[in-house]
Amino acid sequence: MRLQFLFFKFTSKHETKFFAAKSLTVIYMSESAIKIQNLNKKFEDKLAVENLNLEVAKGELFGLLGPNGAGKTTTINILCGLIKPTSGTVQIHGFDVQNDTQKVKELIGVCIQETAIYPYLSGKENLELFGKLYGMNKKAIKERSNLLLNKMGLADDAKRVTAKYSGGMKRRLSLALAFIHDPQIAFLDEPTVAMDPQSRHAVWDFIKEQKNKGKTIVLTTHYMEEAQELCDRVGIIDHGKLIALGVPSELIAKNHVKNLEEVFIQLTGRNIREEL
Amino acid sequence: MQIQRTLALTKKELKKTIREPAVLFMIFLFPVVFVFAFGASFGGLGGSQTPNYHIGVVTSSSEDNPQWSQAFVENLVAKKIVTVSVYSENATAQADLSQGKMQALLLIPETFGDSINAYIQAPNDANQWLNSTMQLYLDKGSLIATQAVPPIIQQTLNSMLNQNQQTLQSPIKLQTASLVEVKTASTFDFMAPGMFTFASIFLIMMVAQSFTQDRENGMMKRIRISPTTPTELMTGHVLAYMCIALVQSIIVFAMTYAMGFRPSVVGSSYMFAFVLVLVFSVSNVGFGLITATIAKSSGAATGLSFLFVLPQMFLGTFVGASLSGAAQAAGKFVPSYYVTDALTSVFLRGAPLASAAVLLDLAVVSVSCIGILAAGIVLYAKYYKI
Ligand SMILES: Nc1ncnc2c1ncn2[C@@H]1O[C@H](COP(=O)(O)OP(=O)(O)O)[C@@H](O)[C@H]1O
Ligand SMILES: [Mg+2]
Repeated sequence: MRLQFLFFKFTSKHETKFFAAKSLTVIYMSESAIKIQNLNKKFEDKLAVENLNLEVAKGELFGLLGPNGAGKTTTINILCGLIKPTSGTVQIHGFDVQNDTQKVKELIGVCIQETAIYPYLSGKENLELFGKLYGMNKKAIKERSNLLLNKMGLADDAKRVTAKYSGGMKRRLSLALAFIHDPQIAFLDEPTVAMDPQSRHAVWDFIKEQKNKGKTIVLTTHYMEEAQELCDRVGIIDHGKLIALGVPSELIAKNHVKNLEEVFIQLTGRNIREEL
Repeated sequence: MQIQRTLALTKKELKKTIREPAVLFMIFLFPVVFVFAFGASFGGLGGSQTPNYHIGVVTSSSEDNPQWSQAFVENLVAKKIVTVSVYSENATAQADLSQGKMQALLLIPETFGDSINAYIQAPNDANQWLNSTMQLYLDKGSLIATQAVPPIIQQTLNSMLNQNQQTLQSPIKLQTASLVEVKTASTFDFMAPGMFTFASIFLIMMVAQSFTQDRENGMMKRIRISPTTPTELMTGHVLAYMCIALVQSIIVFAMTYAMGFRPSVVGSSYMFAFVLVLVFSVSNVGFGLITATIAKSSGAATGLSFLFVLPQMFLGTFVGASLSGAAQAAGKFVPSYYVTDALTSVFLRGAPLASAAVLLDLAVVSVSCIGILAAGIVLYAKYYKI
């Protein structure tokens, strides 16, 4: 009896060691949630993304900043596999976006720039449909959609057809859809654009909460104050090129200015929102 | 392929159909209104309005046995649904036909009486017969004439020869005649098979709009980001449209039935009709996808879908019967033609489901429809990812 116990202890110890070694390499291999290498995207003669190299760590909230037309959406679309890069690679948790598409799809949740919801379905039905598309079971779908509807302040309108929603409500539902399957990584393309301040703060709270749960988030924005409020680290892109990368406070200090808005002016000589 | 995903998409598409008033109208109400309008104007209502066909008959003065042609005319006159004018001169008769004074003109050959005499002497020995041909001129502009008159004449002829309808051999040939069994069929009866086909043609427009809209509002991207495979997406949609086509054909059938369409066929014929319409709906999804590929926006999709809707409608359904020979030949290139043809064979000609004509139609419909769907999917996937 005693001998057996010792033996068991011995093997289990051995296994523990083996596992420790294995998980160590896994961690080492995929320390970064997202790894972008030499990424280029050319539309006809327009270079929308130019030689982008970037790593985003697991659990990081990363902001991609830039004016309209800088190449933010193009970058996000490549990251989630919607469009093919002209050259370069993207890895998500070590999986190549182009080759391991199906694995990547299960890891990521995406809120595309358009407000994409079915107008003839209710908020709840939209969430349920995508829950099913992500292969979730009924119970999980129900729990998750109720949670998201509450968080986005849509619980009272859950059963209304979304064609009747206000612009802000549609945006919030569109964002909620990206999180239906509780993804490890979220790509949010201008999640708060054209939102009223109240909606925007609700969304900020939600994003912070996701970060606190250890999710990796990449969001794009042209609101510098949003980036400053939320992001661990930001990359500023202009004309497809990454012109600055770092922690917001450090970027501000380094450029001897008061905020990120001024960092952009300092670097480009232009205001980030020309039209304003 | 995951069933849960596929069916979720089917359900979504069906909800769209029920909830969007414009779609609901196009898919369900329009066929109902259309059947009603046609039924009302072509004698389908109540079945009490028996149509009347005006037929001119030219007899030859140099006939050897004129009693037979007289008997034929009497038999024809005895049919309540025709009015007969007898001419002795072809030229006068032709002039009246071209002026629209009648819908059909029948030339009784000189040898008519001899043919019948020879037949009576040896009804079972075709070698002894004296063959002759009756020429029938039809007013091509009249739907009624082209569809209904030949069978009426054939029937009169057959009853004189004491032949049953299915006998193929006869000493007297009627050019353009077919073996349609006409009792007191109204024009509406002849149109009913085409209406089944007609109803689902508008799926083309619906599919085209649905895909372009989903593309415009970003839903296609959203689905592409999810683990949904192209097969699941397409199967989900095709299933939805097949459901819609089934409901449509049931509605159209109920409508035609309510308006007096009573084909004397068994249950399996109805089953066949519904299956055929389902197979046909697949080609409409294909055409819809091709339209969605060409169309840049959902607005353009509506207009462009007529590129496929109109030929299918005019060349392949009941509207086609009144068209020129060239247009009828062109009809052989649209799937709807074969659907209407098969349904006409089954419902009006009483053809068995396993008959060569019906099976050939079914084969053409199946192969072409699956081909069109495949072409639609391939084209759409090439220009817009799915
Ligand atoms: N499909 C496309 N075809 C051609 N040019 C495009 C396409 N998509 C984006 N672009 C161009 O690429 C540049 C970057 O666009 P985008 O990534 O949408 O910028 P952002 O999201 O930062 O506003 C713009 O100049 C835009 O016009
Ligand atoms: Mg953008």
